[in-house]
Amino acid sequence: MDKFTKLTGVAAPLPLANVDTDKIIPARFLKTIKRSGLGVHLFDTLRYDAEGKERPEFVLNQAQYRHAEIIVAHENFGCGSSREHAPWALLDFGIRCIIAPDFADIFYNNSFKNGILPIRLPRAVCDALIEDAKLGGNARITVDLERQVVVRPSGEEIPFEIDPFRKHLLLNGLDDIGQTMQHVTSIDSYEARRRADQPWMPGTTAA
Amino acid sequence: MSGNKPRTLFDKIWDSHVVERLPDGTCVLYIDRHLVHEVTSPQAFEGLRLAGRKVRRPDGTIAVADHNIPTVGPRTPADIKEEDSRIQVQTLEKNVVEFGVPYIPILDVRQGIVHIIGPELGISLPGTTIVCGDSHTSTHGALGALAFGIGTSEVEHVLATQTLLQSPAKNMLIRVDNTLGFGTSGKDLVLAIIGKITTAGGNGHVIEYAGEAIRALDMAGRMTVSNMSIEAGARAGLVAPDETTFAYVQGREFAPKGAAFEQAVAYWRTLPSDPGAVYDKTVVLDAREIAPMVTWGTTPGAVVPVTGVVPDPSAVTDEAARAQMQRMLDYMALTPGTRMQDVKIDVVFIGSCTNGRIEDIRAAAAVAKGRKVAAGVQALVVPGSGQVKLAAEREGLDRILLEAGFEWRDPCCSMCLGMNPDKLTPGQRSASTSNRNFEGRQGPGGRTHLVSPAMAAAAAVTGRLADVRQLG
Ligand code: SF4
Repeated sequence: MDKFTKLTGVAAPLPLANVDTDKIIPARFLKTIKRSGLGVHLFDTLRYDAEGKERPEFVLNQAQYRHAEIIVAHENFGCGSSREHAPWALLDFGIRCIIAPDFADIFYNNSFKNGILPIRLPRAVCDALIEDAKLGGNARITVDLERQVVVRPSGEEIPFEIDPFRKHLLLNGLDDIGQTMQHVTSIDSYEARRRADQPWMPGTTAA
Repeated sequence: MSGNKPRTLFDKIWDSHVVERLPDGTCVLYIDRHLVHEVTSPQAFEGLRLAGRKVRRPDGTIAVADHNIPTVGPRTPADIKEEDSRIQVQTLEKNVVEFGVPYIPILDVRQGIVHIIGPELGISLPGTTIVCGDSHTSTHGALGALAFGIGTSEVEHVLATQTLLQSPAKNMLIRVDNTLGFGTSGKDLVLAIIGKITTAGGNGHVIEYAGEAIRALDMAGRMTVSNMSIEAGARAGLVAPDETTFAYVQGREFAPKGAAFEQAVAYWRTLPSDPGAVYDKTVVLDAREIAPMVTWGTTPGAVVPVTGVVPDPSAVTDEAARAQMQRMLDYMALTPGTRMQDVKIDVVFIGSCTNGRIEDIRAAAAVAKGRKVAAGVQALVVPGSGQVKLAAEREGLDRILLEAGFEWRDPCCSMCLGMNPDKLTPGQRSASTSNRNFEGRQGPGGRTHLVSPAMAAAAAVTGRLADVRQLG
């Protein structure tokens, strides 16, 4: 997983609420067994018309946003499916940070696990950032994870909250499994304790 | 450890599964049951392989292919025509062998939608933690299990460690007083709940469903309610285990047997929330006020009683909300003020992990009996598992449905998400017993109205969104 420390880039304004995972990547593109290559289908129905041609009015089809690394959106971003294809598609397109008033839980978790930083900021702040983002390539936004601030093109700094453990993993590009493996003796003893306390608990290989 | 502080059902399951509490409050949470399917697991197994890791507890894991399986004609992986679908299923079949994971083959009568077969086989038990790389894992919460969907990175994490890194959720109580009236079911109840609390109402919470109406539901109804917890934004749904639960679990293939079952029940009886347990949020509904429900928009929260009309965006003051509503109406091709009962439909889908159980098929067959599917309507019934299909055929439900002009299919997710060939074509309108009406969910350009199985059958025989109560 790539580290996330500080990012300065173009932000795409997406002033929509309830951007669900089917909108981020429609279910028909989930039939892959790989993690990469989904970026071309990011926001497929918003981005392309029925013939597969780009809709020029959609933000990511506009020249200055083709290399956007940040998305600023409205409430409840990422609601819907638990499938990780949504963050994979965002990441594959090049998005490393999403700023919104709030996120659906599973999407929020999945983002961190893929090195994408979701930032919760009040709606009014998001609206201000959306106005910044509308300036396109002329207005870079900086996301500084170490200092926990978003820096507007004006230089104004907006602090944000983040769980310290998640911050640590993201800053160091650490994989969760390796982290948990450090607790393997606790897992062993937990299993032994459960076997003693709940001897009736069957396994899936028993029947 | 927690002293005498009254605890909720969620707190109890959580506490008993904490392996270790990390300094920042994140917990290493033990997972009892990991259900694996073909769509969300390939990248997880790929990750294990790349890192040289094994599956820690094959006996806490079970795999089944469900999303991509055809519902008509031959069903072996080699028969799946679409290449991507075939590759996913074949990859799962290779992975379960390589990693020694128990697997239910497609032609096994026990095959079915993962959330149908978990409870059906007694794999999902009260008081356990259950995960699956699928958001509707919340279904299993109906048994009093903490069950939630995870992403593929977490699937890999559970395969490797049998644990997850989690922080506790908040507790939310939804109490439904009194009992549901004629013609209404668990589906109408949960749609009414989502309509009330919105699709973000449960964010960050685990919802415990309680009250007379929930107690009165059979396990199938409770599973329907719990299934759609995720549509209310919640991490999981829970129903405290009771006699209905124990009777349901008893005798199922993987459930404890004999003396072990008695021991298990004694433990399960300790699980319901203590009197005085505190919830972060409480919502109360009156079941008597709930009518058969039908969605009009492209989120499950966009829902009205079937007696209602398509709402009018101009009555909404918030600009963004009004714009979203207009967008939904445009997509759904609906005009404000139209009576829901005047909306004509093209396709009916009865099935999915929300409503693919035998009780759902009985409800549909009861409406279909002696009637005919309206001209021009295609009506699909897709049982949730091989066992549901078999049970329905033993009861003669398939014949009732076939005589009425419904199609009787083999088990799969089918038109719930259109990953197999069962899809809406652009512009087609469905009455569907599934759980999501997002744009394109049942096929690009398809328009979905979520309803109960009885309402879906009523739509099939009338060709419109009908009030099942008036069919008698
Ligand atoms: S039936 Fe639908 S919601 Fe349920 S697991 Fe299958 S695709 Fe998901």
